[in-house]
Amino acid sequence: MATLTMPVEEKKKTSEQEALITGAEAIAIACKLANVDVVTAYPIRPYDTVMQYISQLVADGEMDCEYIVAEGEHSQFEIVKHASACGARVFCGSSGVGWMYAMEALTVTPALRLPLVAMVGNRALDDPGAFGVEHNDALAVRDLGWMLTWVDSAQEALDTALIAYRVAEDRRMFVPLALSCDGAFLTHSQSLVNIPTAEQVKKFLPRYDRGDLLLHPDNVISVAPQANEDWVMEIRRQNFAVTEYACDVIREVYADFEKIFGRKYGNPFFEEYMTEDAEVVLLGMGTLSTPVRVAIRKLREQGKKVGFVRLRWFRPFAGPEIAKCLERFKAIGVIDRDFSFGSPNLSGVVATEVRSAMYTGSTARPPVLGFICGLGGREVTVPDVENMTEIVFQAAKGKTQPWTQWIGLRG
Amino acid sequence: MGQLFSVEIIYRGVFQKTLAKNITRDIVLAAHNQGKLGISFGRYGDAPERNGIPAKSFAIVANDEQTLEAGMAQYEPKQVDLTVVLDDTLCKGAESWAWYGLHPVHHALKAGRTLIVVSLQDAAALLKTIHRREEPYKLALLKGVTSFSGMWVYKDDHTDVRVLGAIAKALPELVSFASVEKFITDKLKNPLKVTSARTAYDRFTAIEIKPGQGNPEELFNFGLPKWEDMRLGVSIKGQPQGGPYEDPVSKTVGGFRPVRNELFKKYTTRTMRPVVNFATCTKCTLCWLNCPDASFDVTPDGTYDADLKGCCGCGICEAVCPVKDCITMVNESEFHDNDSQWARFKQDRDAYLQWLEKTIEEAEPVEKRSQGFRYRGQYQEQVPAALEIANKG
Repeated sequence: MATLTMPVEEKKKTSEQEALITGAEAIAIACKLANVDVVTAYPIRPYDTVMQYISQLVADGEMDCEYIVAEGEHSQFEIVKHASACGARVFCGSSGVGWMYAMEALTVTPALRLPLVAMVGNRALDDPGAFGVEHNDALAVRDLGWMLTWVDSAQEALDTALIAYRVAEDRRMFVPLALSCDGAFLTHSQSLVNIPTAEQVKKFLPRYDRGDLLLHPDNVISVAPQANEDWVMEIRRQNFAVTEYACDVIREVYADFEKIFGRKYGNPFFEEYMTEDAEVVLLGMGTLSTPVRVAIRKLREQGKKVGFVRLRWFRPFAGPEIAKCLERFKAIGVIDRDFSFGSPNLSGVVATEVRSAMYTGSTARPPVLGFICGLGGREVTVPDVENMTEIVFQAAKGKTQPWTQWIGLRG
Repeated sequence: MGQLFSVEIIYRGVFQKTLAKNITRDIVLAAHNQGKLGISFGRYGDAPERNGIPAKSFAIVANDEQTLEAGMAQYEPKQVDLTVVLDDTLCKGAESWAWYGLHPVHHALKAGRTLIVVSLQDAAALLKTIHRREEPYKLALLKGVTSFSGMWVYKDDHTDVRVLGAIAKALPELVSFASVEKFITDKLKNPLKVTSARTAYDRFTAIEIKPGQGNPEELFNFGLPKWEDMRLGVSIKGQPQGGPYEDPVSKTVGGFRPVRNELFKKYTTRTMRPVVNFATCTKCTLCWLNCPDASFDVTPDGTYDADLKGCCGCGICEAVCPVKDCITMVNESEFHDNDSQWARFKQDRDAYLQWLEKTIEEAEPVEKRSQGFRYRGQYQEQVPAALEIANKG
């Protein structure tokens, strides 16, 4: 386990510092930089790494926050929910079944318009008990009013955590956000990260202002009363309104981020790799991008024009933009590190969403194939990617392929 | 389309839940004896019920399946052919705990149709509380003690079959008395109940109520806002704190009166109200402390005055009050306003105390106490007296 390489006299520094840290450490540092007020914790791997790093920052006197170890994930999320209602900037997180144990708290948070930021260290859902990455845990809240974003590197984890607070706490939004990080590949691997200065972050991230929604003796309000069918639809519609402009808010925040920190993310919603002249593309989320990029470079040497689209934001889902991006390819292969039981075409979640976005966002009808792989932390290998690419090329040539295939499966 | 009939039973939550459910079920089964089809259901928004809260149960009956389906294709009947009110204090208005606003009891009754009220009062007395409306209707009284029981106990005092008998007379197109009789004989298997139903059927009379006749009180209106206009985050602005107020006679300012929600009165839940003897009150604070709805104002005198718009009549104040007859629960049908008792006491002390004595005396007979299950077997003991009153006609 790495020790923190944060410079002790960080305040005196005016420029970014480079450090070799894990994705979890990067998020812990982002929490410190964002001056988070309340952190709740309950151990579960791989999320627990971030709680360890935050507790270390608190113990070392580098970070000042209420650090509460709850008796379980449900309380963990309830505590930050209430703290957020009182105007505190909050952080919490979990993984796999821990996230599921908090489900009741997760479902009540969006309607209350609480901008809590959570880190989901993606982990396979029990049973069988397994630590490895699988995206079904975070995806379980995809329809419930949470924003969901996936990151690919420790740097992106740090930056996106800062962006997350800015987006979630925007008065137009006020909805919770889950920052998904692949267990092991991201949470436990160290890489070089540029750590911004406190001044930069201060400039980027304004104070969390809850205004008239603040739960405070000076602003007496009742939150979450019982309501009947005369009210619920209107409350749901208020939450849906957020999705109408969420993409604009996110674009705005990324543009500001680039101005202040100088790092360019381009299109906030997805990253394209070698797509300019590509005939077919693969699409996926999270750290599987590494073997995919390696395989693509290898395939390109053989003259195979394949590219990759890595989705960053799953909720909101930038449907029209994604459709516009994908309509120019002859075939698309969506790699899901999840499964969607009984779904149309028996695909993963992302493949189903991409197909749906294509249907309304484009008149082009390239085949959208689904691949389910890397479940439970299984390695997505370079040959796996080559295999998937070959299948997509076959579809592009008009050879009928199954809508969904399991890759890297024994049998 | 064939003939469709909707019947609405307005009842007191918990105390009459089983009774209302039985009546709507029995209507459907009795009409089925004539080959009709139907369904019965409680209003979903009323569950889980609170003690005494105005609640509704429905029966929908049709001659054929398609007509029945047309009647079922709505959350609840918006217009009914018959309304039965199982407790006369409900005539002050029905307000569900899930809050649909405060409605008069004949809110859903079609023009010219019948409102049946179980009551010991006469029509003139009831019309002091039943709100006036623009459409004419008929008012029928089913003489009897209000049948109250509890969550787990049912008082089988024949109110169910007496209502059925009255319905057969009020709306013979829905169900004939022969069908009611057959249902009671086949299913309830109690010849005495047939007699009770027949008595109700035979003695049934209804009077015409003209437009504008009745209680002139304006029921407050409430508009549902558009989604864009609602506060975010499922939040409601709190009430201001409240403070001291003025003695109407001495003009002394003191005490404490909280500001209460103008849109949620809760008094329609009440079947009994506390009457307070301000002369014997020792200012012990127990009623004020124990009231679950914070319904007591602290008067400038330091005594406690129940706010009768917020009081739901639970009776806890009476139970905790250590002074004899200082707080007494009295049947709500004795009252026609929600004015402050303390103000009346201050304006004319002697008149108030005389009124109080008389009221408490009249409130003593057990049939006037609308609720209060105290021991096992109590309800069975009450049945003969209830039947006697009912059959006196």
